[in-house]
Amino acid sequence: MSEKIYGLMAEFNTPGDLLRAGEKLRAEGYQKWEAFTPFPIHGLDKIMGYRNSLVGWVALGGGAFMFLNIVFLIWFSNAFDYPLIVGGKPMFSVPMTFVPAYIMMIMGGAGGALIGMVALNQLPRLHHPLLFKKRFESVSRDKFVIVIGANDQKFCATETKNLLAALGGANIEIVEDQE
Amino acid sequence: MSEIANIEELKKMAPPAELRRAPVVEGNQGLGWLTDKLSAFAEAKVPLWWKIAFAPAAFAATVIFPICLFYQVFTGVGVWGNNHPNMWGWDIVNFIWWVGVAHAGTLISAMLFLTRQHWRTTIGRMAEAMTVFSVMMAGLYPAIHVGRAWFDWFMFPIPNSNGNWPQFKSPLMWDVFAVNTYLMVSSLFWFMGMIPDFAVLRDRATTRVRKTIFSLLAMGWTGSAWQWHNYEKAYVVLCGLCTLLVFTVSSIVGLDFCTSQLAGWHATIFPLYFVIGAVFCGFGMMLVLLTTLRKLCKLEAIITKSHIDKVAKLCLVSGLIINYIYLMEIFIAWYSGDPYERWVFGHRFFGHNYAFFGWMLIAINVCLTQLLWIKKIRSSMAALFFIGLFINFGMWSERMVIVVGSTNQDFLPANWGLYHPTIWDIGLYVGTLGAFFMMYLLFVKFLPVIAISEVKGAVPHGDPHHPLGGAQKGGH
Repeated sequence: MSEKIYGLMAEFNTPGDLLRAGEKLRAEGYQKWEAFTPFPIHGLDKIMGYRNSLVGWVALGGGAFMFLNIVFLIWFSNAFDYPLIVGGKPMFSVPMTFVPAYIMMIMGGAGGALIGMVALNQLPRLHHPLLFKKRFESVSRDKFVIVIGANDQKFCATETKNLLAALGGANIEIVEDQE
Repeated sequence: MSEIANIEELKKMAPPAELRRAPVVEGNQGLGWLTDKLSAFAEAKVPLWWKIAFAPAAFAATVIFPICLFYQVFTGVGVWGNNHPNMWGWDIVNFIWWVGVAHAGTLISAMLFLTRQHWRTTIGRMAEAMTVFSVMMAGLYPAIHVGRAWFDWFMFPIPNSNGNWPQFKSPLMWDVFAVNTYLMVSSLFWFMGMIPDFAVLRDRATTRVRKTIFSLLAMGWTGSAWQWHNYEKAYVVLCGLCTLLVFTVSSIVGLDFCTSQLAGWHATIFPLYFVIGAVFCGFGMMLVLLTTLRKLCKLEAIITKSHIDKVAKLCLVSGLIINYIYLMEIFIAWYSGDPYERWVFGHRFFGHNYAFFGWMLIAINVCLTQLLWIKKIRSSMAALFFIGLFINFGMWSERMVIVVGSTNQDFLPANWGLYHPTIWDIGLYVGTLGAFFMMYLLFVKFLPVIAISEVKGAVPHGDPHHPLGGAQKGGH
């Protein structure tokens, strides 16, 4: 039975309660746990121990790639493959490439930000053990949930449950792994 | 009742009345109430006003619009009033107008996010939707104005057997990239902002169809701290990029004009002029949409008078900048000593057949806008609705003055000619208006019209450092 447990889920009423519970869980030495909230809560990143998100770098990569790509494209098409004199202007120059390259850098950066976010969050995911829980639906409404994974080294169905109750968690339930 | 005790405690800690900020949401309600309130309209039955508004919009979008579009594409640009010397007519006037409407949306949703204005959370989504739909309408005009729309692919760098490449030395080419990027990026931004709200609607769905649709759209969003962590980063990056777009798209449209040699167009102020004009026009449209929708969708407690007051103030600020630019433009025309420049600017107001639009520009964009100084007017929804409508017309007149007013009398009197829009010009404009409002009404009815998760993060109940958000003495 135990291998079919995904984790233990406890509800909190306010973001403040969640942060306090999170701090204590961290102090207790739990590592494989996750907080679920209806909106981002500042300070939670720190408690969870997250470093700067990689999304920014993915966006930078996308933007830089597109920028250089367009500069190359303009050089290739207007100065190399089919040079055409227009108004006596040079075949290739910085001012003429800057604007389209800058615009496409924005496109690349935006695409990178969205793709980076989706990929790092492992979305799209149409199945998640928590999405089968009726009570979990209140997370997108007004509840703040902590789930301690069954794969945590300190996880013990009874002790962890007692700890969550001591931290002020309500409606503590076992989440089954429905893989 | 610990909650009431908390409120009493809060009142003692609060700063004096004159320093207090207006709350983001009125009534100081909990997160559950907010969720119910914000998703209520998307879940309720289709109201009568919606059907009444939708019918004419859908008629314009699905009957008038395709007829005018196909007739023009099959016959040629000659069906419009465009002819020598007015090669740019309503098609370009409306293109700039629609791009302009888009800009305020990006400004509200992206720039106000970067400056941490919490009140934007309630109107940001509506503004973004306005951007996406109006850029769609804008992008259509240049695509058909080229005359042979089936050669539009020439504008994209696609390798082909003729060896044709786009000519990147022209700002008109840059425009293709700017408008397409604007459409793509603002759609991405709009969609990404809605992912957590799709999850809200998914969790609340009562029917299988709704559950399936919103599950697919939410892509399995659970709202974990890790997801929010990456989401917030992506959101701030997108906001930064969208802010850059506010300043690039219209300025490139401005470059289309100012790189030409025509008197009235050949001015270095044009990129800035077009950006500010766009923002001003967009705030006008925002006033029209917000004042109407807050009443019809019963969102008075969410889109408060204080928020609309702020939009009106921003509208006034952009209006004052545009007034300064008008003054500068006229001054430079006189100061340049160039007889053609002086001729064009003199005839904008005195002389040629389009003086009406010149005076509309003064009457609305300069004079009427000053009404927004008055607090009483800023708190009257009816007044703001009409001022918004007038600003849209005023800015449309401004584009008419710039585009047609400059081309119809250029350097040689033998070249002069009048421009009159034909029924097809008018029909296409009505069609785009219909398509815009049809899409907007569909958005209002079926999608989360207010950023539910963002609003929840901006109220005291969502702040872990506030007693209502569960803060205790000595930290959270």
